Amino acid sequence: MTKGKLKMDKKSMKGWLYLLPAILFLGFFMVYPLIDVFIYSFEEGYNSASQTYYGVGLYNYSYVLHDPYFLQAVKNTFILVAVTVPVSTGLALLISVGLNSIRPLKELYQTIYFLPYVTNTLAVGLVFMILFKRTPYTDGFVNLMLHWFGAGPVDFIDGPYAAKMFVLCLYTVWVVMPFKILIFTGALASVNQDYYNAAKVDGTSRFRIFMRITLPMISPTLFYLIITGFIGAFKAYSDSVALFGTDLNAAGMNTIVGYVYDMLYGNGGGYPSYASAAAIILFAIVLTITCINLLISDKHVYYS
Amino acid sequence: MEKHVDFEKIEKSDRTKKRVLKIITYALLTFWALVVLFPFYWMVLTSLKSYSAYNSEYIPQLFTASPTLQNYADAFTAVPLARYFGNTVIFTLATTAVMLVVTVLAAYAFARLNFRGKNVAFTVFLSLMMIPNELVVITNFVTVTNLDMRNTFLGLILPSVTSVFYIYLLKENFEQVPDQLYYAAKVDGTSDLKYLWKVMIPICRPTIITITILKVIECWNSYVWPRLITDDEAYFLVSNGIQEIRENGFGRENIPAMMAAVVVISVPLILLFLVFHKKIMTGVSRGGTKG
Amino acid sequence: MKVVFEHLTKKFPGRGRKARGEVIAVNDFSFEIPDGKLIGLLGPSGCGKSTTLNLLCGLLKPTSGRIFFGEDDVTELPAEKRGVGMVFQNYALYPHLTVRQNIIFPLQNLKGADRLSKAQMAQKAYEAAKLVQIEELMDRKPSELSGGQQQRVAIARALVKMPRVLLMDEPLSNLDARLRLQTREEIRRIQRETKITTIFVTHDQEEAMSISDMIVVMKDGVIQQIGKPQEVYDDPVNLFVAKFLGTPPINVFDGEIREGWLYIGADAVLPAKGVSDQQVFVGIRPEGFIPKEQGALACRLRGVEVMGRDISVVSAHEACENSAVRSIISAENRIDMEAEKIRFDLKPGKVFVFEKETGKRLCFSAE
Repeated sequence: MTKGKLKMDKKSMKGWLYLLPAILFLGFFMVYPLIDVFIYSFEEGYNSASQTYYGVGLYNYSYVLHDPYFLQAVKNTFILVAVTVPVSTGLALLISVGLNSIRPLKELYQTIYFLPYVTNTLAVGLVFMILFKRTPYTDGFVNLMLHWFGAGPVDFIDGPYAAKMFVLCLYTVWVVMPFKILIFTGALASVNQDYYNAAKVDGTSRFRIFMRITLPMISPTLFYLIITGFIGAFKAYSDSVALFGTDLNAAGMNTIVGYVYDMLYGNGGGYPSYASAAAIILFAIVLTITCINLLISDKHVYYS
Repeated sequence: MEKHVDFEKIEKSDRTKKRVLKIITYALLTFWALVVLFPFYWMVLTSLKSYSAYNSEYIPQLFTASPTLQNYADAFTAVPLARYFGNTVIFTLATTAVMLVVTVLAAYAFARLNFRGKNVAFTVFLSLMMIPNELVVITNFVTVTNLDMRNTFLGLILPSVTSVFYIYLLKENFEQVPDQLYYAAKVDGTSDLKYLWKVMIPICRPTIITITILKVIECWNSYVWPRLITDDEAYFLVSNGIQEIRENGFGRENIPAMMAAVVVISVPLILLFLVFHKKIMTGVSRGGTKG
Repeated sequence: MKVVFEHLTKKFPGRGRKARGEVIAVNDFSFEIPDGKLIGLLGPSGCGKSTTLNLLCGLLKPTSGRIFFGEDDVTELPAEKRGVGMVFQNYALYPHLTVRQNIIFPLQNLKGADRLSKAQMAQKAYEAAKLVQIEELMDRKPSELSGGQQQRVAIARALVKMPRVLLMDEPLSNLDARLRLQTREEIRRIQRETKITTIFVTHDQEEAMSISDMIVVMKDGVIQQIGKPQEVYDDPVNLFVAKFLGTPPINVFDGEIREGWLYIGADAVLPAKGVSDQQVFVGIRPEGFIPKEQGALACRLRGVEVMGRDISVVSAHEACENSAVRSIISAENRIDMEAEKIRFDLKPGKVFVFEKETGKRLCFSAE
């Protein structure tokens, strides 16, 4: 009996030993920080040099919520989410349906479409900036194209807010498309061909086949992509940095995540408490939206 | 007889409809392919234009008559591009290697070993998948700063190692290896570690390659964490390097040299992709998301 | 609606390195299906019967030849314009729609003058459901139904728009044995009630024989024989058809025609006039044996299986292709189970002779 128990303990120990590295890493860099970030967010007047604080309360949240930079970041982020999630999801679905309907060149297109996934966001963002930027020496390539259509030159990088927002949305869509196209094509290919044949024999029009059969059949994928799309877009940051540089507050193009990092480190940095409060507000927003999404999807998604 | 004519009409309109649809489909697909490829073309093209030629083009040219490699030389000499590159290679290799060891051991424990509290531990692990990076970065930043690890590789690597999702992915794969192999090995007196190394890892190689590639992509493109804890150029990774080059390198207007640098840092991953595109795409569709 | 095939041919390009060149799935079909009949397309897997069905419903386009529904040439008509109903092998019921929505689906596709009001659609759907006796299940999802019920829903969906032709691909293959018997009667009844020309595909000869007005036996893309089930059974044109129809299967022997007599081994079993002397295959239906002490054909007795009304005698003969010679005889016969040998006389109408090379039937007279 004792021997058996001893043996069992040895066995248990071995299991935990194999897990130890993972536990150490996760505990130190994930679980502890998760708890700590809440503590930070309630510590008022935290001083990172002396690591002291005056009191506990909601001041950090109140500060962040009254900070015009934060409000600008929230506005930017919400516009980005509201534009890029529907546009990228819809466009990716359209392209995937097209891709699914052809045979020649299909693989080539698939490979090309995936390319942005493996490229450095910062690096390609720089190319986008150059394509859209207007300098004393040149109006840039995009303005050249606008000129062909008789539209005047616009400075997309240092110019009006709407123009800057347009480039940011465009670049974000460009960056998130590969993943969505990949997942959509996979889902579309897995729909049993018999359903389409049955519908065809029954004289169903293409549009109706798409609305009544294709969409319901891939609805779990659709909602998965919408939810991850929302989460990803709310966390946007490096796309904006790539286009407008690191001083996003000055450019008026900061995002919520950018605000968190700027509070932490950089020109206006050194305020982990404000950063924590902002991060938790972001997390609350994302959580709320995800829950709403899940509630809606429960009603409309067909799970086999 | 009248019906006959009607039929031919239907056939004809159907055929035209199909053809038009096909043309529209290909037009759309080609359009998007161009949108995807054009920035890459532009980046290579610009990097081949000479500084003076580029700046004298008020109207951007789609071709260049006299390509030059001077910009590439500038990119490596005027800014420490080679150093950014080297740093990124070290960071990527070290992070991926440590990640692999941690992940394989943990996945093996969950998939193969029996120990007390395993289910609880696994549930905790799974719930960690939902924690966004943005929440934990703040404390990690403070921790690393307090430990005096800013501008060190250790500070860069350690917080980037953990990937709960990869542990989960590998565990699922490990569990598909039949139990009989394990018992057979045990009867032959094989130790767990040896069994893991000689049997499990070779069988599950495709999954291990997949998570390796995904982690390499993630490391190569990581920007936020390196930006927070490196302000010494000597420890910049390529993403930070590119940002630095853009804001302070070359003088703001030497765009061809910037593009040369962009090409240089983009090439390794694109090569990796061209070689492994099937593996990478299946890997990502099995559950990777960007970042 | 009568259906006519004229020299219908479908070739597929060869796929992969293995099968270079093209595969001819359907080779020069010409026949006419009379209006309002139930037709079974019968053959082993890969014989082109499913291809024929897909050509009929328009999911495939023929390489050459024409298809007519009545007087209308529908060869080039796309599937959605043909007005056929199809029951797929796995039923292809839309899993996210209820039974009612599934049945109404084809009606909602109608446009213009054919468009029905909501009430009319509901009425038609109810009628179709009633015909197949599933009117109680209208609000369930397909996943909540048994295989047989799903089958009925699929039939109702195919019938609801009163198709010109009803097609069924292996309608019974996904059902268990008991349900299969019941459902095939059901299909027969529904076809009789609606009088819609119905063509179904099967690899199960018993299924085809039991309910079809006419069967079409196919092999390797070529029609072997067309006719009423009993006619084809009683009068097969070649060895393949003879072997394919009938349970237990026909017994095939190596034989010889010599001087007006049919020999199996050394035994002269039947007079066979009108055929020149040659080596032949002899097919004897299981019911073609008459046990008799002085019978012409001697077999080694292996065993007797009692089936109630009949008994099945299992014996062996060295000239027989099958591992055992199976004969079905009336239970009134008494068989000595201890005997080593059993002798049979043969019923001339149950004995077929085929050319050795081509398998073609040789007609002989036993008079």
